[in-house]
Amino acid sequence: MSSHTESHAHHGGPKIYTANLFALLFLTVITVAAASFNFGSANVVIALAIATVKAILVALFFMHLVWDKPVNAIIAIAGFLFLGVFLMFDFLDVTTRDHLQPANMAPMQNATPVPDTMNPLKAAPPQPLTPPPAAPEEHK
Amino acid sequence: MSTTSTEVQPHGGHGDHEHNPYHQHHFATMEQQFDTSKLGMWLFLVTEILLFGGLFVGFGLMQQRYPREFIEAHEHLKQVISGKLFPLYGAFNTIVLLVSSWTMVMGVNAAQTDQRKKLIRYLVITILLACVFLGVKYVEYEHKFHDGLLPGIFYKHQAEDIIKGTHGYATFFSFYFMMTGLHGIHVLVGIGLLGWLVVRAKRGDFTSAYYTPVDLVGLYWHIVDMIWIYLFPLYYLIS
Repeated sequence: MSSHTESHAHHGGPKIYTANLFALLFLTVITVAAASFNFGSANVVIALAIATVKAILVALFFMHLVWDKPVNAIIAIAGFLFLGVFLMFDFLDVTTRDHLQPANMAPMQNATPVPDTMNPLKAAPPQPLTPPPAAPEEHK
Repeated sequence: MSTTSTEVQPHGGHGDHEHNPYHQHHFATMEQQFDTSKLGMWLFLVTEILLFGGLFVGFGLMQQRYPREFIEAHEHLKQVISGKLFPLYGAFNTIVLLVSSWTMVMGVNAAQTDQRKKLIRYLVITILLACVFLGVKYVEYEHKFHDGLLPGIFYKHQAEDIIKGTHGYATFFSFYFMMTGLHGIHVLVGIGLLGWLVVRAKRGDFTSAYYTPVDLVGLYWHIVDMIWIYLFPLYYLIS
């Protein structure tokens, strides 16, 4: 029985797991602290970069990928890779729509702005409605 | 079967141990069986990543469209402490989940080293931490319910939003409830699985030769933690 245990080759161990936990808690403190400063649009990038480091730490040590057979890591990486493709192409599409115009149109600055076709509300900003008449008494 | 000598063992491979009761006949060795289960679990985890990935992409696109409203709505998720906005619930829950991930992996380690008592103790602590997480979520949801900030058609402030032109709030809270809600359902499922592990561990099912369920539930629990690692900064920190 004991010889069989060796075939699973347990690596890691309480010390590594505890060190990993403290690293994760430390990064949580860092990310909360970083959010209290205003770095402009870099705030999102910093927050997501720290989250990615934390996710990698969880995957490598808590999920044993660093000691596992490589096939599991390949599957995990493939999953994130395709998520990246999904994310990238969606943002490429949506964030560049406004810059596109037919070649035969006048330059952008002279043209009427291309309406945001995805969002009818934005294309025609809602006119401030006349405020509703004073609340009828029967509602109270 | 288990009393026969090693020469008669039909499975080949390691013939020096008796047949494990959990050894399924179509696997040559226990190790192959373990690796196969783990591979299947990782494939399932990838589908989980893609399931939440779709929601994250949608959230990102909507944030592009309604940047102002999303930032204002973020402020609602933070709590005022000594005059400063602080992401209290989110930060607390992040710590709870990280610690529960640690207790989970310590439980797996205990199973690998035949420490049954320790395994049960770590599993129970993990369940308790998961309950704390859901308790905090309940308090948080209660607050939103009270303010009428509900998802979809249950959102209560449509009229004001149309007047002010702030359509992003309803979208934000729909995403907030769908993403944290789906994550919460995963935590609930995790509690059920951990409870099942406790029952089986008490029965003495798990040994260093067979601890596959503990390991796979551990993987599931870590992916739930990993999703929260991304949910936390996106919902509670960005401003």
